[in-house]
Amino acid sequence: MFRLANPNRFMQWSGKILPWCAIATVLLLGAGLYLALFVAPPDYQQGESVRIMYVHVPSAYMATMVYAVMAAASAVALIWRHPVADIAAREAAPLGAGFTLLCLVTGSLWGKPMWGTWWVWDARLTSVLVLFFLYLGYIALINAFDEPTRGARAGAILALVGVVNLPIIKFSVDWWNTLHQPASIFRLGGPTIAASMLWPLAVMALGFTLLFVTLWLIRIRSALMAAKLRALRLQQAA
Amino acid sequence: MSAFLTLVARDLRLAFRQGGDAAMVIAFFVLTVVLFPFGVGPEPELLQRIAAGIVWVTALLAALLSLERLFQADYEDGSLEALALLPLPLEAQVLAKCLAHWLVTGLPLIIVAPLLALLLHLDPAGYPALLAGMVLGTPTLSLIGAIGAALSLGARRGGVLISLLVLPLYIPVLIFGVAAIEAEIAGFGARPDLLLLAALLVLAVGLVPFAAAAALRLALE
Repeated sequence: MFRLANPNRFMQWSGKILPWCAIATVLLLGAGLYLALFVAPPDYQQGESVRIMYVHVPSAYMATMVYAVMAAASAVALIWRHPVADIAAREAAPLGAGFTLLCLVTGSLWGKPMWGTWWVWDARLTSVLVLFFLYLGYIALINAFDEPTRGARAGAILALVGVVNLPIIKFSVDWWNTLHQPASIFRLGGPTIAASMLWPLAVMALGFTLLFVTLWLIRIRSALMAAKLRALRLQQAA
Repeated sequence: MSAFLTLVARDLRLAFRQGGDAAMVIAFFVLTVVLFPFGVGPEPELLQRIAAGIVWVTALLAALLSLERLFQADYEDGSLEALALLPLPLEAQVLAKCLAHWLVTGLPLIIVAPLLALLLHLDPAGYPALLAGMVLGTPTLSLIGAIGAALSLGARRGGVLISLLVLPLYIPVLIFGVAAIEAEIAGFGARPDLLLLAALLVLAVGLVPFAAAAALRLALE
């Protein structure tokens, strides 16, 4: 981690692994979508609309995961003044917000035929919506300062404060017995979901993770390059 | 301890000399609540059902209104830098400032809330839960708000930014504050919700000073 604090070294290292990440993302997402849309069986109650789940669940998982990654990067940036971690946290936020929005939209599309409504004020839906607002608040805060480092540090504190929402999302379906179904994959006593559906889901989740890593690396690299460009321009002007 | 109390007294004196903070918060609270009967119609049954929610939501917004004042004036005239040099740690100063802020804005809200609940025909059984919930909940609002106020020091459009940062974090207080009243009216007893509100307050007292003090140090760099 500390070796990567040098932006040049980070550029070298990320340049090497980026193509592999991109290829793996395309393969896994392609295979996952094929499995989810054509191979996996329709549900005995939900019919074909169960296939929305293969996008909804991975994006929900990514929405919380990206926030955890962002908070961890913020902690590293605050504690060790790690310059790349600062940028990494900042560049993860729009991706996380995107995954959260995808999760909310797909859930809404599934809710209309299944629950008969686009939206209910259920505990898990509401806490994911709050997560979306936390992302937006973070993005607004880091862009509100004239000095970019100041914004990044303020954002890091906010990201750490917002971590309290993550356990609330995870356990909301257990604490409040509401419309959203309880956990069926990561639970004591093993998953309650059929293996024929679990496999496509696992491939999709892995594909989403790699998609995030790929986009994240691209964003960090372009932010580093933009900073370098700005420095060069300032040098020329001086 | 005496430095802590001196700081509280200083903030209170400043608030009273400048005047208007408490009056503004109460005026906002009352006016917003009065808007609801115009908006949803004056039927007592409807108002009675949504009274708890209206009182809590408007109290939340009223608390939000005065947050910008928490550190802004001290930051602008430079007294925040002088305060940072005190032997009293910045974390304790945050607590002192939150206490003063709560005395000026939170306490008046608690006093006015039952009157507004009366106007909205809240079920009489709900009043103890409303008062207890407000007593436990409004200090948490001041504390959580301190993080937003400290983080947005020196930011462009600070006021709007605070609401975006703080409102998502206010939601748990709102949920349990309203749930306490509804549970009491329904006859289940408000105790579990009030205990959760108390837990939120304890967590906020323990954790907020560190986050807010870190943000203040950042603003002073």
